[in-house]
Amino acid sequence: MTTSDRSAEIAALYQELILDHYRRPRNKGELEGATTSVTMKNPLCGDEIALHVLLDGDKVSDLKFSGRGCSISQASASMMTQLVKGKSAAEIKELRETFRDMVMGATDANDQSVEKSLGSLRALSGVSRFPARVKCALLAWNALETALAGNSG
Amino acid sequence: MSVRRRKDDFPLLAANPDLHYLDSAATSQKPRVVLDAILDFYETSNANPHRGAYALSVLATERYQAARETLAKFLGVADADCLIFTRGTTESINLVASAWGRENVQHGDEIVVTALEHHANFVPWQQLAIERGAKFRICELTKAGRVDLDQFRSMISSRTRIVAFSHVSNALGTVNPVREMVSIVNERSRALTVCDGAQSAPHLRVNFDELGIDFYAFSGHKMLGPMGIGGLLGKRAILEAMRPYQTGGDMIEFVYDDTTTWNELPHKLEAGTPNAANAVGLAAAAEYLDGIGMDEVLRHERELMQSAQFLLSRLDGIRIYGPPAPERSGVLSFTLDDVHPHDLATILDGEGVCIRAGHHCAQPLMRRLDLPATARASFYVYNDESDIDALVSGVLKAKEVFGHAAV
Repeated sequence: MTTSDRSAEIAALYQELILDHYRRPRNKGELEGATTSVTMKNPLCGDEIALHVLLDGDKVSDLKFSGRGCSISQASASMMTQLVKGKSAAEIKELRETFRDMVMGATDANDQSVEKSLGSLRALSGVSRFPARVKCALLAWNALETALAGNSG
Repeated sequence: MSVRRRKDDFPLLAANPDLHYLDSAATSQKPRVVLDAILDFYETSNANPHRGAYALSVLATERYQAARETLAKFLGVADADCLIFTRGTTESINLVASAWGRENVQHGDEIVVTALEHHANFVPWQQLAIERGAKFRICELTKAGRVDLDQFRSMISSRTRIVAFSHVSNALGTVNPVREMVSIVNERSRALTVCDGAQSAPHLRVNFDELGIDFYAFSGHKMLGPMGIGGLLGKRAILEAMRPYQTGGDMIEFVYDDTTTWNELPHKLEAGTPNAANAVGLAAAAEYLDGIGMDEVLRHERELMQSAQFLLSRLDGIRIYGPPAPERSGVLSFTLDDVHPHDLATILDGEGVCIRAGHHCAQPLMRRLDLPATARASFYVYNDESDIDALVSGVLKAKEVFGHAAV
C-alpha cells in the first residue's frame, strides 16, 4: 500500500461528524437514578468508558456515558447513545451486530439495510481499514451489551 | 559510517525507504549480518549442542559457547558462564523471582521496586510478594520523572530482601543512577539487587562487573538481535546457590530413580535444547553494535531525541514527559492536546511513521502521571533526520485533521 492510499483512508476515518462528536459528545455525564452502570476498559490504550443505563421494562429509556478515550471510542459512544435511546434489548442486540459487522469489514456500509438501521453511525465504517482501532469503536457497544445482559439475568 | 549507509544494513528499512521506524524501544529492526548469522548456523553448524559425540554437534556447541563469550564481553562480565541464556528480560526476571525468590523471601520480608518499572519488572515481584506474604513497596518519582532517592533510601532496611529497578525507563527514557542505588541498598541491607536492562543493553555501554548489581536482565530483540533470546547475568556465588528454574534435559548431571543432581553453570539454569541459532544471531548483533561503538550509539540517539524534542516543543499543545535530555536515552514521550495518542499514532501511520501509543506496559507509572496514554517515539542507530522530519510533519498533519491552527 502506498502512503497516499493510507492518507485517503485516514481522511475517511476522521470525518467531520466523528470529530464533532469527539469535541462535543452527546449524552455525556452521569445519569441520576440509572438502573445499571458498567465500566469497560481497553487495556491496549487505557481508554475507559462508563455507561449508565436507565431501563423501563426491556427498553433503554435513557443512557449516558462518562470516561475518556480516543476520538473513535468517544464518537462511537456518543453516536450510540443517540441511536439506542428508546429501543428494546432485542433491537439493540441486532444493531450491535450490524455495527460490529460494519467496523470489522464484514458488511458494506452502503448496503440499504445498514443505512436504514445505523444511519449516521456509518461514519465509523472507515474503522474497518484499521484493525488496531476496531476495539475502540466497539468499547461502548460492549459496555452496553454487558449492561443489558447483567440486567436480564 | 554514515547513517544513510546504516539504513542499508537493515533489509526491512532498505526495502521500505518511505518507512520511518520510531518504535525501537518496543523492538529493533535487524541488520543483514544478524539474519545471515542465524541462517549460517542452520546451514553449516546445525546439531543439538552438548549432545553428540560427533564433530557437527561439537561445532554447534562451540558456536553456542562462542556466542555466550561474545555477549559476556559486550556486557562486561568477565566470567562468561555467569551469562544464562533465556527467552528475554521477562523470563530472566521470572527466573530470579522463582528460583531465588521462592526460596529466600519469607513472610514479613520486603521487596522494593520503583514506579518507573514496566510490567516485566513489576508483576513478577508483586506476585512473589503475594505468594510469600512479603510486603511489596513502590518507590515514587520526583516531578522530573526520576527515582526519588530520598524515599528510596528510606525504604531500604534489614527487612528488604530484593530491590528491583530498571537501568533505563522504557516509557520516559530516564537513566537511573545504578551504582548510587546499589550502594544505598548495600549500606542499609543485604538485599539482592536486580537490574532490568531491557532498555540499557541496546543503548548504553554496560559493564556488569562494575555496576555492582547481583542480577542484570536483557532482551536480544531490542538490541538488533532476534526475538526469543536474551539473558540473565548474575554473580557466580548466587547463581551456584540457586535452585534450578526449570528441570529437564541439559541441566542435569546424574538422574537416578528418586533423585537428580544438577549440572554446573551455565547449564544448570538452561533446561532443554538451547536456542543456539538465535544466540549466534544475538552475538552478531553485539558485534555490529561494537563496530559502531556504544558511546557513538548513545550520542547518535541523544542527538536525534534532542532535535525531535526541540522541533516538537515549538508546536502548540505539545507536552513532553520525562527528565531533561542529558539524563535521558533516545526515548521521547509526548502528548498533543485534544488529540488522543491513539489517534496521533493512526495519523502518523498514514505518513509512514511508526510510533507507540499507549501505556508502554507501564500502567502503574501512567496512573501516576494521570495519563491513560502517551505517544512515544524512540530512536536507534538506523534513524536519521529524515525520520524526525516525518514525525514533525505527521504531528502537524494530526493538528490539521483535528482542526488546530497550524503553527
